[in-house]
Amino acid sequence: MLNDLKHHLREDKMSHILCPGCGHGTIMNALVHSIDELDLDKDKTVIVSGIGCSSRIPGYLNFNTLHTTHGRALAFATGIKLANPELKVIVITGDGDASAIGGNHLIHACRRNIDITTIIFNNNIYGMTSGQFSPMTPVGSYATTAPYGNIDRGFDLCNLAIGAGATYVARGTAYHVSMLTKLITEAVSSKGFSVVEAVSHCPTYYGRRNQLKDAVTMLEWQKDHAMPAKAFEKLPEEKTKGKFPIGVLHDKPAPEYCEEYQKIIDAQKEDN
Amino acid sequence: MSTQIRLSGSGGQGMLLAGIILSEAAISEEKNAVQTQSYGPEARGGASKSEVIISDDEIAYPKVTVPDVMLALTQEAYEKYAVDMNDNGTLVVDESITLSGNDKCKVISIPIIKSARDDLGRIIVANIVALGALVKASSIVNEEALLAAVLKRVPKGTEELNTKALQTGFMLVANK
Amino acid sequence: MQKNIKLMQGNEACVEGALAAGVTFFAGYPITPSTEIAEILAMRLPKIGGKFIQMEDEIAGMAATIGGSLAGHKSMTATSGPGLSLKQENFGYALMAEIPCVVVDVMRGGPSTGLPTATSQEDVMQARWGTHGDHAVIALAPYSVQDTYYTTIKAFNLAEKYSMPVLVLLDEVIGHMREKIEIPEKIEGIEPRKTPNGDKENYLPYEAAPDKGPILAPFGSGYRYHVTGLAHDFTGFPTTDAKKVKYLKDRLRDKVYKNLDDIVEVEEINTDDIDLLVVAYGSISRSAASAVEEAREAGLKVGLLRLKTIWPFADMYIDKYADKVKAMIVPEQNQGQIVYEVERVVAGRAKVYAENRYDGELMTPQQILDRVKEVYTNA
Repeated sequence: MLNDLKHHLREDKMSHILCPGCGHGTIMNALVHSIDELDLDKDKTVIVSGIGCSSRIPGYLNFNTLHTTHGRALAFATGIKLANPELKVIVITGDGDASAIGGNHLIHACRRNIDITTIIFNNNIYGMTSGQFSPMTPVGSYATTAPYGNIDRGFDLCNLAIGAGATYVARGTAYHVSMLTKLITEAVSSKGFSVVEAVSHCPTYYGRRNQLKDAVTMLEWQKDHAMPAKAFEKLPEEKTKGKFPIGVLHDKPAPEYCEEYQKIIDAQKEDN
Repeated sequence: MSTQIRLSGSGGQGMLLAGIILSEAAISEEKNAVQTQSYGPEARGGASKSEVIISDDEIAYPKVTVPDVMLALTQEAYEKYAVDMNDNGTLVVDESITLSGNDKCKVISIPIIKSARDDLGRIIVANIVALGALVKASSIVNEEALLAAVLKRVPKGTEELNTKALQTGFMLVANK
Repeated sequence: MQKNIKLMQGNEACVEGALAAGVTFFAGYPITPSTEIAEILAMRLPKIGGKFIQMEDEIAGMAATIGGSLAGHKSMTATSGPGLSLKQENFGYALMAEIPCVVVDVMRGGPSTGLPTATSQEDVMQARWGTHGDHAVIALAPYSVQDTYYTTIKAFNLAEKYSMPVLVLLDEVIGHMREKIEIPEKIEGIEPRKTPNGDKENYLPYEAAPDKGPILAPFGSGYRYHVTGLAHDFTGFPTTDAKKVKYLKDRLRDKVYKNLDDIVEVEEINTDDIDLLVVAYGSISRSAASAVEEAREAGLKVGLLRLKTIWPFADMYIDKYADKVKAMIVPEQNQGQIVYEVERVVAGRAKVYAENRYDGELMTPQQILDRVKEVYTNA
């Protein structure tokens, strides 16, 4: 990381907990570059997380930071944002945190379209608890709680977010880091609820068990399987089989929750 | 002096509002009042009751145990709730109710619902007619205080109708 | 001048108290018999520039309440037993992270969905131990509509003073009954949200004396810090240093248990020269008051200790009477919860009897009076 970005970090809180080769550090790097590019006011920026490996990242960032309970980051963040809409609120969450225990909160934050950016660090596994399958673990993969292969069907979190009403939805990967930075920048700038699914990798607990021997192999997998969303849309199904689209998947403004609430206040306030 | 009052009918007949109005009338006379109700899951229909205790002293136990004054607007409410009346109490019932013959208290049977529907043209004011009748029969609160409490609670534009309803209630008992 | 006297439900009085105490943020989820609190605040808060949000579930209601508080608002939520079960996760977070807020539980019959529209006092132990791990809690229980108003104000004041969530335990009878209430023109002694005023660079959010809560800056005020539910040091960052962990956990306990005189409140009614003490709280203490009055009229030396603070428990008051009376009766709207606390403090110095009702109906004065007479005769 460039020296002039270090003021965004709490260097005294390092070394960090992430394993060697973990994709999360790269995604955090992209986030810091975005924040720097957007020149966010540190005092007015709040970074909220749940529980998991990615959720430890706010501790290393020099902002108002809140490390909450498992799956609940968005509910805490909703309270903060509504209470003080002038704060920029960014949520960092993992695939288990966001899609399993916190799935309901994700759906309803999308539905409300409250101006919060959520970055989902998706490494397809529960890393903090050492390798149990998550709702994002592909069918057939191995995990400590799927020793004979995972039979739980996964789902597409981006499609879920779009369906639930998020106004900006994008997917990037730890491999396509400059694109990811651009997507996070757009997400944070867009008004309303924005979701960036950042495909990450966990060499320690996912790769080792699933014939992806190291971080480089996993990054290569991302490179080989990701396809720009525009191309993905145009190609017939047999050409996109096994691939996933990256880039902006949805960008359609809608009334933002705090602004709508402010209208109620303006209409009802007693000293009018 | 403490008076226990039970207002009963079917859900949607406005027993809760009647209880609130009665309590507010009592408070306006600087008495103490406590209003409670029993809740069923249904918002409409079924037997429903609203209870009020009016007292010159502080009211500790807030529930009605032996009603001194009671109103029943439906057969079901009468059968369910009139069984534990004070023998010296006053029970006002709608004339549609068939009495069991076992009531030891004073029973006043009057056409509350019919008056509201046919004479006033709005069955919805049956609760106010009933309130007038109940107060006339028991003097638990002052009639002027009751009218003021009614007018404070009813929707704007219905003041005349409700005043008439209350007076109809007074008359039903006075003429009895 | 005309007094501001109204007929009001307990739940409405709770809202009035909260507004008088300065609430500007509510997040919750509908549940009987507490819903009126949310409904009235949905109406009232925007009128004063405050915020109301109905969340997707009880868990989120508690989380957003904490979020609102961290952003600098006096914040509250309201629920009933089943909802409190769900809120316990983040209630524990608020205890650990020391976030001031008020949680109202209008108690109904349980377990599970139980009796949604019927009264109970079955959540007093849930209030004490519902969230996991060692912890101290503050829980208050009003007995009338007027008392609900003042108790809610007190709950906010204690929340701010000790920087922690405070529970208000209403029960269905108190929440839904209407009675006379006088709303004062002005309330004295409202505890403001404390804010730090030192150097921003060296701010230690969780540095506090052993018996005090911290002074947490509202997010956005320029004091940047970290908040976590993990054990943490003065900086707010996670630690596993045994000394620091112990200091934190002792402080979380002692900020409550070393300030009992400030927190614990009871009413002693007819307790001079007594042979028998009735210990009661909430709506049932009204039944007990009637029973005690009747017993007095019958010449029995009986008094009532009304607990207004449930947690921390009023040890000092029970202790005071344990040597003076022959017996204590603890009527509760449950199968016996607080009676064991009374037994613990009495420790054999007097006989302690439970008197219970848990069918959804409020215990009558007669039931208590009968028990008083029975115990009195045999004592």
